[in-house]
Amino acid sequence: MRTTMSEVNLRRAASLDEALGILREENRTPIAGATDVYVALNYGTTGVRQFLDIWALDELRTIVKRDDTLVIGALTSYTSLIQSHLVAEHVPMLAEASRLVGGVQIQNRGTLGGNVANGSPAADGVPVLAAVDAVVVLRSIDGERRVPVNEYYTGYRKTVMRPDELIVAIEIAPVIGKQWFRKVGTRAAQAISKVVMAAVRSDTPRIAFGSVAATIVRVPETEKALSSGQSIDEAAEILGRELKPIDDVRSTADYRKRVSMNLLKRFWADTD
Amino acid sequence: MQFTLNGTTKEISGNPAARLIDVLREELLMTGVKEGCGEGECGACTVLIDGEPVCSCIIPVGQVEGADVVTIEGLGGTHPLQELFMNEVGAQCGICTPGMIMAAMKLGDKPTLEEVKVALAGNLCRCTGYSAIYRAIMKWKGMPEPDNADKLVIVE
Repeated sequence: MRTTMSEVNLRRAASLDEALGILREENRTPIAGATDVYVALNYGTTGVRQFLDIWALDELRTIVKRDDTLVIGALTSYTSLIQSHLVAEHVPMLAEASRLVGGVQIQNRGTLGGNVANGSPAADGVPVLAAVDAVVVLRSIDGERRVPVNEYYTGYRKTVMRPDELIVAIEIAPVIGKQWFRKVGTRAAQAISKVVMAAVRSDTPRIAFGSVAATIVRVPETEKALSSGQSIDEAAEILGRELKPIDDVRSTADYRKRVSMNLLKRFWADTD
Repeated sequence: MQFTLNGTTKEISGNPAARLIDVLREELLMTGVKEGCGEGECGACTVLIDGEPVCSCIIPVGQVEGADVVTIEGLGGTHPLQELFMNEVGAQCGICTPGMIMAAMKLGDKPTLEEVKVALAGNLCRCTGYSAIYRAIMKWKGMPEPDNADKLVIVE
């Protein structure tokens, strides 16, 4: 434990309204399952000491279909995503991605809203959301606004969310086309990815990558090549130029680029 | 705040931001709960909250208010799976053992080896090579002893 826990202040909210009221008055970082925040506290890698616990807000744990749109409450755990019939029917690759988040212990606590809020470029769930053009629903005491997940991140762990806002839900419109997800890591469970890819095959393919840039990214040049009928080999070459991964502790830029190109080809063959 | 620990109601005061593991070990003396990595990777600190395995090293204690918490001590020391871990040599250094056993508590009636591996994917062991652990669990569940437990199986 590298943080003096007596310095850490955790205020607990009992309802969404109370949470939003507190966020307007006080500068606090929301905590849900704590699977990212408490790792940072344990390792002393965060200077944040004022937190707001929103774990008790059961109103954010629902998964419903509103018209044709799937609305997933921000506090939905990976376990709930894995077990949800609506998720299985509407966006099965989100359940697939959820099975590869940590082990059972993490799946029981980690939430989809937390995955989005944490803003890690190696998030497992967010590439899926990017590939299906999900919408992040933000709420403050003034009301709600909806931000496409592909416009949500402005840089490494930087987002458009204001300090007085809370992510309350993720919306996913009907997904047309075959879904495909693959995470490449050191081992099947408990590994942070070296490369993660989520994609939807249709006349206008949608392709997202994680762990290859400062944020989760879509690859518009590659998508354009595929939708305009260029060959998959040409598209893979374009992808190789489009992605600008970095070397870090988990992998090298060269490896990531090569694996990404291979994943693209695999996706194309698997969804043919 | 109150929560249930191994069937008994506990009243604790203090910082709700404190880690559950620290309160369990230092205040409530449940030293069967082990800290391994401190980042939710190794599963040594696994306890059950309302029946679900979680890592107590990354949970603020405030989040268990009103919940039912079970640690390895709650199994009483003579649980059949504890006996099998001893008899099958599923425990060597012992640090991972309480977490392994608590994670296994969530398994259903007749698990396949694959299901056991998925249930324990969040628990690391650096001694046994896992075979003896899987053997102990399969025996506990009355399932045939896995003949391929020594082989590396890639969980897709």
